[in-house]
Amino acid sequence: MKSHQSTIDVVRTHCPYCALQCGMTVTAGTPVVIEPRTDIPANAGGALCQKGWTSGELLSHPDRLTTPLLYGKPATWDEALDHIASRLAELRREHGPDSVGVFGGGGLTNEKAYTLGKFARVALGTSQIDYNGRFCMSSAAAASIRAFGMDRGMPFPITDLASADVVMLAGANVAETMPPFVRHLPRLIVIDPRRTATAKLAWLHLQPAPGTDLALALGLLHLAIAEGLVDDDYVARRTNGFDAVKTSAAAWWPERVERITGVPVARMRQAAFALAKADRAIILTGRGAEQHAKGTDTVTSFINLALALGLPGREGSGYGCLTGQGNGQGGREHGQKADQLPGYRKIDDPAARAHVAGVWGVDPGTLPGPGRSAYELLAALGTADGPRSLLLFGSNPVVSAPASLAVAERLRSLDFLVVADFVRSETAELADVVLPTTQWAEESGTMTNLEGRVLLRRQAVEPPNGVRSDLFVLAELAARLGDHKFATEPREVFDELRRASAGGSADYSGITYERIADETGVFWPCPSEDHPGTPRPFLDRFAHPDGRARFVAVEHRPPAEEADDDYPVYLTTGRVLAHYQSGAQTRRIAPLVEAAPETFVEIHPALAEHLEISSGDQVRVTSRRGSTETVARVSDTIRPDTVFMPFHWEGANRLTNPALDPTSRMPEFKVCAVRLERVA
Amino acid sequence: MRIVVVGNGMAGSRFVTELTDRTKDFRVTVMGEEAWQPYNRVLLSNVLAGGYGPDQVRLLDPSWYGEHGVQALLGTQVHHIDRETRAVIAASGERVPYDILVLATGSEAVVPPIPGVERAISFRTLDDCQQILARSTGASRAVVVGGGLLGIEAARGLAGRGLPVTLLHLAGHLMERQLDAEAGLVLGETLAALGVEVRTGVNVAEVLDDGVRLADGEFVPGDLAVLACGVRPLTRLAQDAGLEVRRGVVVDDEMRTDDPSIFAIGECAEHAGTVYGLVAPAWEQAEVAATVIAGGKALYRGSRLVTRLKARSVELAAMGETHLTEEHAEVVRFSHRAKGTYRKLVIKEGRLVGAIVLGESDAVGTLTHLFDRGGPLPGDRAGLLFPGLSGAAAADSPVRMPDSAKVCQCNNVTKGQIRACWEAGARDVAGVAAATRATTGCGSCKAAVEGIVGWLCEQEGVSA
Repeated sequence: MKSHQSTIDVVRTHCPYCALQCGMTVTAGTPVVIEPRTDIPANAGGALCQKGWTSGELLSHPDRLTTPLLYGKPATWDEALDHIASRLAELRREHGPDSVGVFGGGGLTNEKAYTLGKFARVALGTSQIDYNGRFCMSSAAAASIRAFGMDRGMPFPITDLASADVVMLAGANVAETMPPFVRHLPRLIVIDPRRTATAKLAWLHLQPAPGTDLALALGLLHLAIAEGLVDDDYVARRTNGFDAVKTSAAAWWPERVERITGVPVARMRQAAFALAKADRAIILTGRGAEQHAKGTDTVTSFINLALALGLPGREGSGYGCLTGQGNGQGGREHGQKADQLPGYRKIDDPAARAHVAGVWGVDPGTLPGPGRSAYELLAALGTADGPRSLLLFGSNPVVSAPASLAVAERLRSLDFLVVADFVRSETAELADVVLPTTQWAEESGTMTNLEGRVLLRRQAVEPPNGVRSDLFVLAELAARLGDHKFATEPREVFDELRRASAGGSADYSGITYERIADETGVFWPCPSEDHPGTPRPFLDRFAHPDGRARFVAVEHRPPAEEADDDYPVYLTTGRVLAHYQSGAQTRRIAPLVEAAPETFVEIHPALAEHLEISSGDQVRVTSRRGSTETVARVSDTIRPDTVFMPFHWEGANRLTNPALDPTSRMPEFKVCAVRLERVA
Repeated sequence: MRIVVVGNGMAGSRFVTELTDRTKDFRVTVMGEEAWQPYNRVLLSNVLAGGYGPDQVRLLDPSWYGEHGVQALLGTQVHHIDRETRAVIAASGERVPYDILVLATGSEAVVPPIPGVERAISFRTLDDCQQILARSTGASRAVVVGGGLLGIEAARGLAGRGLPVTLLHLAGHLMERQLDAEAGLVLGETLAALGVEVRTGVNVAEVLDDGVRLADGEFVPGDLAVLACGVRPLTRLAQDAGLEVRRGVVVDDEMRTDDPSIFAIGECAEHAGTVYGLVAPAWEQAEVAATVIAGGKALYRGSRLVTRLKARSVELAAMGETHLTEEHAEVVRFSHRAKGTYRKLVIKEGRLVGAIVLGESDAVGTLTHLFDRGGPLPGDRAGLLFPGLSGAAAADSPVRMPDSAKVCQCNNVTKGQIRACWEAGARDVAGVAAATRATTGCGSCKAAVEGIVGWLCEQEGVSA
């Protein structure tokens, strides 16, 4: 499994970045050599984007942390771990177990995500754990569970896309976020307020005002019903609840929807017919539709449309969400979420608690209940009833959380902040203790990609001296905090995860490292070692007890914050090709910095003219929550009433609105009201 | 507290759902004259045109009332309001006491007082619609009287069912309240191509069994006559109860009448001198009244009117002050009658205050938003009328693009780098990909890279 940098081992593994998890080989050496694999369907044909090609550069980057930092000064691992353990024990003694919070990430391997959840519940006894995936996948997950009884992002293999006649992408810019994905796409309908790189590839681009996707989906459903495009037989055989949805859609006639969304009726009609007349059609949602205070209902409205057209659970058709982070799927299944236990179990379900407590060897009564969601957890830090300390793994909320200035203030107010990372991120800058951890090619573990395919990430190079894995950190702390024995070998952890997930919705019990290697990935659920895995879980039945999918009637409502005289323009946020998430990794890689050196605000020429702003001008963008300066980029790819900023740099999220979805607790990243001024 | 709503149409039913969304503390009774569950009047022309069944225009499921604890008295006529004792008296004599009364009585079709008018069917309710449909099957030709929005939708709908239609209109052009003369003309031509013969400036004097007689004596044949001569607010209950009534029941910004315990919303209400005949204002009013009655704060400040014709193959949106001329506003116009296209912008102080978009166009969405939200307009007004013009910059030919142009977005490769790679010996896409990684991401630049390599080879006289 291990290789030395001096020997030439070509190790088959996966890209460190997005949920596509392109297969690649890594060959140790100076420099490390990256080549695409051809045996992994996600990037079949040997595709990689620039992020993937350059991913090796971070392994030997001068910014790499190699020594624990205790209050800014280098320390030994024992000093750092002893200090953390004693501070946490002290806080727990004085203020109770919930005084310690834990924040995880969707980039952590399944083994780490699982161990982090176990660490919080068993070693710390805290309910206060959540993770940055709450900011990504929670709306789609909630909507899928509500409709299908289960959330497996894309409940079909990626290769189904190419055989479809048409794919609708609602709020996803795959040409920038996961370029090799584009190779799988047939005729494309894109819903996006921007004419993105993806929209430019589309057969049809619907360009709604930000925050109006829900109305658009209702309009499409109305048209499908009115034009007799509903698959009545499927609706009768495989679903419940259509009547109420049909009635609610009656109030969303296309001309009304046009006025709300700005999408011409004729375009809606084209889209509805293209989806309905196709033999095979797929609807996919991304963060553009999901990151709203009504994200769950927005996704539900697209699922309702898919169900009315008879798509889910039919081979070659369906609904799916496009998971974003590398392990955004697996990361949301195994217990780093506030309300969850491994195997996608609910923490308030007595049977789930009993099962998992059995695997962990503890009394179910000792497991805490549900805690706060990510933003609520961050907003509670250092407040009277919130946690007084935080352990943070694989996340950078100073850049990525909404209303980030206030979040940074909360982090500063903590008694004690510990950050584990391999570079000194903006959040690590605020930490009392920084622990230098291994990354991607320096360790092994499993990742579950956007298809729900469990993949094996293999160690390819030796970590630098001085760094340790997250699993080591958690095991050492658990031992110090209460003599708990946590496994540190990924395979050992995975075998425990298999047992913990057995019988759950995301059942991994039949998956082994060997099978993953032999079968180039295994689809969950996989309840036994002789089970082939489940590429398409809904072909015969959905995961609700009655086997049927559920329509849920939802209503459109305006964004939580509407444009007004003081803040007259909408801001929407998103990604650029060269960067990943908070940019902590990619902003350190020279070719990526060259491709996308700085943050910017994209402004339509009509708005730019009105504000007397030209491309290249320094511009101040201000919302009710903060202000940031950036560079203007005038472009007619954006709507005149909206500006766009990428969120990979500190700044954009100072502006975003932390209004939360009532079900998923997703913040409204994708729309808020701002004003712009040219800086003299 | 007891809330009684008189009227179960678009406004009344909306009010009831808005109120129950806000509070469960009230006892709500809704009284509707029609026996139907509330339905979406806006879609009646779609029912007439075919495609929509009556159950597809339903606004609430029959079970909704029970689930939300709302008492529904459907098919109930109200006789009068007793303000002394605060009760609504039904025609049956039943007394329904209220603490708050909401009038949402809507309006009724105007029926011109001409001989034989009883032979014609008004186009206003679902019952009317069903009756027209029943009669249309045996009819050989229809005459629609009234060239406003509803008359045009009815005429188009019937023509779409294969029935020849003559549309008669008193004014000089169609939809004269929303359209200027030229737009009316272009609309008439569009309708003519769809089987609707349009006659404007004509006055119907009598309805006969087999047609109508015009004031000048001309006979226009048609064994199905449909009336769409406008509507008038139903205000009798309010009038008899002594409330202030002008054209409609007069209300303030909270939708309250001069009796503080009585509200009026929708087409029966008159706010700031205006009676609205469209659904959007009625729903805004319903929301305001529900908020106020539930104890919240809300004010109605009037609505911006966007009229959107719903008639297959006729795309028409008209909004705001379309009649202003160059003396009072900046007017931008494009007309192409042969294509059924007419577009007009009316701009005042840099804001869009009116627009007509006739004929399919992507401009309609943007213009509606600019009109509704008052956003700044670009100096180049033509771009507003022709949104494709600025957006669809012709794809650069790989040959003519500058060396600095990015060819492969996924791997940040410029034409210059591809050229350099070619100069270093690469002669095909695979060679360029190996050296620059161009084409290895999403793959959509493959043709462009092929084009550049091919062109470079040609320049050299080397076979690619």
